[in-house]
Parts: sequence; C-alpha cells; structure tokens
Amino acid sequence: MAALEHSHDEQAFLAYVQGGGQVETTDWLPDEYRAKLIKFIEMHGNSELMGVLPEREWILRAPTLQRKLALTAKVQDEVGHAQLIYRVVEDLGKPREQCLADLVSGKAKFHNVFHYPTKTWGDVGVIAWLVDAAAIISQKALLKCSYAPYARIMKKICWEESFHILHGRDVILALVTGTREQFELVQEALVRWWPPLMQFHGNPIPKGDDPMFQWRIKSQGNEEARQQFLEGYVPQILELGLEIPDPKLRRNDEGVWEYGEPDWDELRQVVTGHGPKTEERLAFRRRFLEQERWVREVLAA
Amino acid sequence: MIFEVFRQDRKGQAFEHAGSVVAPDTEFAEAWAREQYGRRGESAALWLVPREAIHAVGDWADEFDLKYRRVDGYSIKARLKEARERASSGAG
Repeated sequence: MAALEHSHDEQAFLAYVQGGGQVETTDWLPDEYRAKLIKFIEMHGNSELMGVLPEREWILRAPTLQRKLALTAKVQDEVGHAQLIYRVVEDLGKPREQCLADLVSGKAKFHNVFHYPTKTWGDVGVIAWLVDAAAIISQKALLKCSYAPYARIMKKICWEESFHILHGRDVILALVTGTREQFELVQEALVRWWPPLMQFHGNPIPKGDDPMFQWRIKSQGNEEARQQFLEGYVPQILELGLEIPDPKLRRNDEGVWEYGEPDWDELRQVVTGHGPKTEERLAFRRRFLEQERWVREVLAA
Repeated sequence: MIFEVFRQDRKGQAFEHAGSVVAPDTEFAEAWAREQYGRRGESAALWLVPREAIHAVGDWADEFDLKYRRVDGYSIKARLKEARERASSGAG
C-alpha cells in the first residue's frame, strides 16, 4: 500500500482492491469508497440491531427454559455484532450516536426480513434457520472484504452465526418430528417467509454494475448468493417433507436454480420503511434509545 | 478511549488483532472485551492496547536495496554452473 498512500490515485486504488488487495483504517481511502463502506456496514449494523426484535418478542413465549436461554444468548450475540460493526463505522468517520439517530428517524435502512411479524413459534424456527442461513452466505463473502477491519470482525460474527443456524435447525426438527399441528406451524411459517427470503439477496443486477462489488466491499453478486442459498437449503427443506410455495422452483440441467420472479416492488417498499412492522419496531428502538441515554452519558463522562 | 483488542486462540500461539472497543477506562474495556471476545471460552488470553500507544510502521520503500538480507538477493545459478564446468574440465 505504501506506493498508493503517496499517490492518492483512485484508479490505482481500484485496481489494487480488485486484485484482492485489502486496506486498513490508516490507509488513504478514496472518498467514494469510504462513503460506500459506511453505507454498507452501517446497514449491516442496523440489521443486527433490528434483527433481534422479532426474536426478542419470543423470549417469554419460548416453549421451554432451554429455548428461552438459547434465544436470549442469540439476542446477546446479535447485539454484540451490532456493537462490533458500529465500531468499524465509527473508525470510518460516522459516530455511533449518528448511526442510531439515523436508524430511529427512519433515514437509514435495515434488511427486509426484519420488517415482518413473527406469528408463531414456527416463524422463530424459520428465521433462526433460513434467514440466518441466507445471512451467513452474505456474511461469509464479507470475510474477503477489501476493508480489512470489517473482514476481521466477520470471522467472529460468522463463527457465532454457525451456532445460530444449528439452533434454528434444532427448533425446526423438534417441530417437524412432533404433532401434525407442530409440523403445520413450520409449513405455514415457510409459506410466509419464502417471498422475503427470495428477495433477501437483492435484485439480480450484474455484479459488474454493483458499486459494492466494484470496490470489493462484497465479493459476490446478488444472484450468486441467492443461487448458493437455494443450492444449499432447498434440499434440506424438502427432505423434511415441507413444501416450498413456488411452483416454478427447479434446478435446471446446468445446475442453475430457476424460480418465480420475486416481488421487487415489495422489497423496495419494505426496505424504504414501509414494512408491516417497520414503524412499531423503530418506535421500540426510539423508546429504548431515549430510556438508556443516561447510561451512555455516564460512560462517556 | 479506543482500545485495540488482540486475542490468543490457544496458549503458546501468537496474539492476533481481532477488533476494538470503546470504553472510558481499562476496567470497562476489559468488561467489554471479555463479553465480546471471551464469553464462549474462545480466547486463551486478550491484550487490550490503547490505540494511541500503537506506533505503526507500514512503509517499506526499499531505498537502500536490502536484497542482500533476503534469499531473492542471491542468484547463484550461473556461477554454480560455471564452477561445475571448471571442476569437470580438470582446470583446477
């Protein structure tokens, strides 16, 4: 990097990261790269923080003490991820307080899947297994992020996510091996969650046109991630006797998954703050942000 | 204050940079770091270093041509060939 630091040459920087190079906080970073990093990483942090809310709603209602404890531990992990991630954003120049203010005012975004309600314990299982599975595919690709401090914390995050997927799978297996009603809880939750899951990795723009890929913040394209999710998880879903609510879903002769067109309008609506639970969950965050203000002030004093 | 966190996977291994925590003092930094990097017993030990205590060196301009310190600074192939030829021709 030494040569780049002196040249402050955006093209040279781009070539460096596209060649697999990684940079540190103290290196010279082009303004656009820094802005894209902040936007991407901040949304990840917001998603971790908002992602605990659907599960938090179930801590008191979880069926056994073991499940309550596991869910609590998971919530702690995810909030911890948000803390690690906001730390990275802070080093890039945006203070955590500003990130939180932008989140609760509705200015900043978070992932689509955290804008939806959790109707039954079946939803909790589907979130913990499949939403986390979809998320870990994106997160594993971030281990190669061109911004090294972010890539480093992803190691810890991915490691903890692997527990979460297992926990989710365990919840699902307990239900599908239970009564007919329990099996139906999973099937109904899968029907509710399949559309948001298919939207999760974003529209299939060619990765060459995706600025997040050009800067090598992401190391794979949206469709690549979705294909990986389908390849890994469709067989695991079907082997349990569950039905996926997409008649067009099939693996073609070239090994590519075909599927019914996801509702991209719904995705746009939801991530711009018009999801069924967006307002309620942001109001919850706002209330706690205000309520715990004194703790942050005491610590900062 | 920002503390850089280095963690050791197992006793005897090198400490590796893991991330950072913000805390008003060392005591709080330790509490944060224990939660973030040790609550599943995944670390044998942690080092917490105030960021300003780190003096980073990252500029490796080879202005003085230090190749004589490295293996790529020595090209012996041609000379070895010549030495072998001399020896086999009985010149010695």
